[in-house]
Amino acid sequence: MSDVAERVKKIVVDHLGADEAKVTEAASFIDDLGADSLDTVELVMAFEEEFGCEIPDDAAENIQTVGDAVKFISENQG
Amino acid sequence: MKRRVVVTGLGIVSPLGSGIDHVWNSITNGKSGLRKVEHMDLSDMPCQIAGVVPRGDGSNGTFDVDSFVDKKEQRKMDTFITFGMAAGIQAVQDSGWMPTEEEELNRTGVMIGSGIGGLPGIADGTTLLNERGPRRISPFFIPANLINLVSGYLSIKYGFRGPNHSVVTACATGTHAIGDASRMIEYGDADVMIAGGAESAISRIGIAGFASARALSTSYNDSPEEGSRPWDQGRDGFVMGEGAGVVVLEEYEHAKARGAKIYGEVLGYGMSGDAYHVTAPASDGNGGYRAMEAALRNAGKNADSIDYINAHGTSTPLGDEIEHGAVKRLLGDHAMNAAMSSTKSSIGHLLGAAGAVEAIFALKAIETGVCPPTLNLHNPSEGCDMNLVPHTAQERDVNVAISNSFGFGGTNASLVMGKV
Repeated sequence: MSDVAERVKKIVVDHLGADEAKVTEAASFIDDLGADSLDTVELVMAFEEEFGCEIPDDAAENIQTVGDAVKFISENQG
Repeated sequence: MKRRVVVTGLGIVSPLGSGIDHVWNSITNGKSGLRKVEHMDLSDMPCQIAGVVPRGDGSNGTFDVDSFVDKKEQRKMDTFITFGMAAGIQAVQDSGWMPTEEEELNRTGVMIGSGIGGLPGIADGTTLLNERGPRRISPFFIPANLINLVSGYLSIKYGFRGPNHSVVTACATGTHAIGDASRMIEYGDADVMIAGGAESAISRIGIAGFASARALSTSYNDSPEEGSRPWDQGRDGFVMGEGAGVVVLEEYEHAKARGAKIYGEVLGYGMSGDAYHVTAPASDGNGGYRAMEAALRNAGKNADSIDYINAHGTSTPLGDEIEHGAVKRLLGDHAMNAAMSSTKSSIGHLLGAAGAVEAIFALKAIETGVCPPTLNLHNPSEGCDMNLVPHTAQERDVNVAISNSFGFGGTNASLVMGKV
């Protein structure tokens, strides 16, 4: 598993208090991990902070799963 | 017939710790919760002492936030909300009122206020905004700092769908909250109300603000336990405290029917305004006098029935003597028979939580027959000649007690409570 994926998962576990085993790449923040819409805004902020990147609002709307976040960050990390 | 309101649950987080048994034992044994502030730098401030809630793992009365609020939720709440949640959870558990029927949930409401709410959170958020820009502001910033969110979060936790309200009247908040919530039960809006106040303003901005208003004690930075000394000639301002007090108020027949433990009855509630000055009380004590008089009238009690007064008594040069004068005028010849103390001498001034915590102490005095002491009262100011319960608690039968709170803006509230 990539370093980005590890760090994303750690943030998700910390912020959502989610069971680590459930935080798979396919897991949806809202449908599977108990997040609400405000939680997802905060998650995106935490990703930006951790990876030093900016995630524009229109991109953030498409980040629904752990895998979506890993993919976006891997492609845009700078 | 008037619907009677009784108290069936108590919850408290205070500078003397968390949980009513621990706190009551400490305060009646003359313990002080005041200390030098060490968790933030106040070295450039004239006041460096406060009543800080002792954090810990829950043993010995320490406050363990994790046992009340999930870690992930804590990030979404400024500290006053977690204090209010903890006291609210304690009170609900103490009362045993955890209904599941829809109609019962609809008849249960929440009314927990705060004087200034998320002051530290707003200050931190402003710093973050100025230093790092708007994209760093959490989506939870607003709800984390809103005063009515204690009521909101507590209602969500238990599913209480009755009136959801919140009082903001500075240092009179807790008293107004319990009084107003009692009226809601009396009026028929609810059968059970979870009511009280929560505050956590011990922060650089909070201390600086009150210090600038010349409201805080500044002469006791090296002997913090002596800083709060109501009616004593050496007093020079209040010591800020933090915490929360929450009670479960319940319609009397409702409480009786389910066999609930009853601590006492809310007999009367009175309010007034000074219409005089933003921070100073009117020198004739008229506002406090009229609040007490209205509460007694509402209770249908005479002044000579009062056994114990939990005073507002903040330890400021002006306020203590004015309140003492108003109480003496109200009680007349009976003043010398009654006992009056200020528990702020032990825990400091909890601002918006003060009235709720002090109502709880008055109820415990009624329940146990012990009046908590006024610490540090070595030389009462001239004319302060009532029994002010100096230094040590006093045993006496308390059938009727009154608790006073006065707030900035000239807002006054009194509660008369008694044995059922």
